[in-house]
Amino acid sequence: MGSRASSLLRDEEIEEIKKETGFSHSQITRLYSRFTSLDKGENGTLSREDFQRIPELAINPLGDRIINAFFPEGEDQVNFRGFMRTLAHFRPIEDNEKSKDQNGPEPLNSRSNKLHFAFQLYDLDKDDKISRDELLQVLRMMVGVNISDEQLGSIADRTIQEADQDGDSAISFTEFVKVLEKVDVEQKMSIRFLH
Amino acid sequence: MPSQQSPPVGLSPSSRPCTILISSQVPQQTAVLAGCRCVLVDFPSPSPFSRQCCAENPSSSSWNEPYLCLHSQGLGGEEAPEDEGSWGGLEVLLTLCLFQWATLRIERGAKEKNHPLYKPYVNGIIAKEPTSLEEEIKEIRRSGSSKALDTPEFELSDIFYFCRKGIETIMDDEVTKRFSAEELESWNLLSRTNYNFQYISLRLTVLWGLGVLIRYCFLLPLRIALAFTGISLLVVGTTVVGYLPSGRWKEFLSKHIHLMCYRICVRALTAIITYHDQENRPRNGGICVANHTSPIDVIILASDGYYAMVGQIHGGLMGVIQRAVVKACPHVWFERSEVKDRHLVAKRLTEHVQDKSKLPILIFPEGTCINNTSVMMFKKGSFAIGATVYPVAIKYDPQFGEAFWNSSKYGMVTYLLRMMTSWAIVCSVWYLPPMTRQPEEDAVQFANRVKSAIARQGGLVDLLWDGGLKREKVKDTFKEEQQKLYSKTIVGNHEDRSRS
Repeated sequence: MGSRASSLLRDEEIEEIKKETGFSHSQITRLYSRFTSLDKGENGTLSREDFQRIPELAINPLGDRIINAFFPEGEDQVNFRGFMRTLAHFRPIEDNEKSKDQNGPEPLNSRSNKLHFAFQLYDLDKDDKISRDELLQVLRMMVGVNISDEQLGSIADRTIQEADQDGDSAISFTEFVKVLEKVDVEQKMSIRFLH
Repeated sequence: MPSQQSPPVGLSPSSRPCTILISSQVPQQTAVLAGCRCVLVDFPSPSPFSRQCCAENPSSSSWNEPYLCLHSQGLGGEEAPEDEGSWGGLEVLLTLCLFQWATLRIERGAKEKNHPLYKPYVNGIIAKEPTSLEEEIKEIRRSGSSKALDTPEFELSDIFYFCRKGIETIMDDEVTKRFSAEELESWNLLSRTNYNFQYISLRLTVLWGLGVLIRYCFLLPLRIALAFTGISLLVVGTTVVGYLPSGRWKEFLSKHIHLMCYRICVRALTAIITYHDQENRPRNGGICVANHTSPIDVIILASDGYYAMVGQIHGGLMGVIQRAVVKACPHVWFERSEVKDRHLVAKRLTEHVQDKSKLPILIFPEGTCINNTSVMMFKKGSFAIGATVYPVAIKYDPQFGEAFWNSSKYGMVTYLLRMMTSWAIVCSVWYLPPMTRQPEEDAVQFANRVKSAIARQGGLVDLLWDGGLKREKVKDTFKEEQQKLYSKTIVGNHEDRSRS
C-alpha cells in the first residue's frame, strides 16, 4: 500500500542535497521517487542489478561503464546521496553560477567536472590516464563486432597521437581537456528538467 | 478577468471556485445544476478523460483557477453509460468536484505548513530530444572540430552521446514506468493513491474516513455477494447446459447464461462502461485483440459480446470455472505443457477460426498486464493465422479506481479486493473496424499496424518494447543494433573506407 509515504525524505536531508548538488526541492523529491521505484529490494540502496533492469540502459553499449560510475571504489550499493551526487554532474550550468566566487568548492556540474565524468568512463583502472589498451577496450564496447581489431587499433593509435603532448602514449586529464576545448560540453553533457 | 460565481454544491465558501470545461456533447443541464461556471470547449477527439486535452487547450492557460476537465464519454454523451440507473451524469460530476476539492485542500494544507508538495509529473521529468544517433554524434563532432568535412572518424567526444543517453534513461525511462500504476494529479480520496496524504486537514480526514466506511462496510459486502452469485450461476448454468444435445437451444441458452453472468460480475465491480461503435463487434471466425490492463478486461468485453476464450488451464476456482464453461461452448484451453508449443497453439487456433460456426476468439497479444498508459509489443502468433482481426481499445479512467494489476506487488485475491473497495471502475471500450493482413505485410508488421490503431484510439503511447520485459532481461540484439549504428559513424559504409 503506501510504502512510499513511509520512507519520505527528511527536510534536513533535502537541504543538504540541495546545497551539495544544486538541484531544486521539487527535482530532488521527483528523483527520490525515481530512486525508490528502481529500488526493488526496498532497502534504501541500489545495486548494479537494479540499474540493469532498465531496458534502455541495458541496450546502451556503454551501459555497464555508466552504471559503474555510480559506485565508489569497491562498493556494491549506492544510497540516495551518492545517486544524486553522480546525477548532479548533468545539471545544466545556469548563468548566475558562471560568475560565482572562486573561493567556494567547484560545483559538481562545472565544465571541468563534466569532462572528468566522461574521462572516467574511458579510464578503466582509474589511474588518471587513458592508455592504448583502455581506449581499445572502450572502443570495442561501443562498436561491438562490426570493426576488425586492426582497424580499431589504428583508430586508437591515431587518437592517442593527436591528443598526447607529453609523449607518454597515454592521454592524461589535461590533454583530454585540451582536445575537447572547443566542444560544447555544457550543452551536450546536460539534461534539462521540465519543471 | 472571470467573474466570481457561487461555489459548486458541496464545497465550503472558503475554497477557491472551480471552473469546469465541458465538451459540447455533455448535457448542459447537469453542469449548470451543480452551480459551476461552465465553458464549452471542443475537445480534440478521441482521447478520453483527457487531462492532456486540458493542457493543450489554449484558453485554459489564461486562467489561474483550477479547472476540472469533463469529456463526453462516461457522462451520457452520444452513447449512454452502461448502468444509467444508479450512476447518472450528475453523480459523476459531483464526485469529480469532490475529488478536485480534496486536492485543493491538500495543496492549501501543505502551503499552510510550509511544506512543498510532491507533484507527480505525468509527462515525464526531463526534456528528451528525439534525435537519432547519427545526428547527435555529428553535432557533437561538428561543435568541437574545426574540420570542414563530415568524414566518419572517431572522436573522444563521441562518448558524450552514450553518456547522456544513459543518464537520461536512469532519470526517466519509457518502459519500467509502464509496469506500475499511473500517478494521478488529483486525489481521489483513496489513501493508497496519494503521496501527500499526510498533509491534510481535519475536514479531509473526516471525509476520507467516511469514504472508508462506505467503501468497506457498505459497498464491499454488496459487491462480494453479487460476485458470488454471478460466478455460481455461471458454473451451475453452463454445466446444466452442457448436458443438452447440441443445437440451436444449447447455443441460445449458453449465450444468454454467459452474458447474464458476466453482466452480474460487472455490477459486482460497479464498472461503468461506455461502448463505442458497437457495429464493429467481432463476428464468428474472427479474432478479437485488445490491450491488456487487468483480468477485468475479460469480464468487460465478455459482458457485451459472446466470445471463445483462450488460455491456460489453472487450478483452483479459476480451473473450476474454466472446466464448466467449456461444456457449454467451445473455448480453447491449453494444458500447461502445451502452452510452450507454438505450433500446437497456432494449429488449434487456426482450426477454431476456420470453423465459422465457432465464436470469435478473444486474445490479449501483449501477453501481460500493462498500466494502461501505453500499448506494448503485440506477439505475432495470433496475427500469423490469417483470420480477420477485430481490434478493441480499452481505456480506464484512473480517477475512480486503479484497474491495473501489478502482479509482482499484489496477488489475485488482494487485487480483486482492491477493485471491490474502490469507488467504481470507469472505462471506455472502442470497437475498431476489422483489419486483415495485406499481401505485402508480414505478421510482425500487421501486428504493429493493429497496435498503432488501438493506441491512437485509446489515447495511449505506442511502444515497440516487449511487455515481457517486466520479468525478463532485454535481448542482446538491441544492443548490437546500437553498436552497428555507431560503427557506421566511425568507418562509414564500405565505399567510404577506401577514401579515409
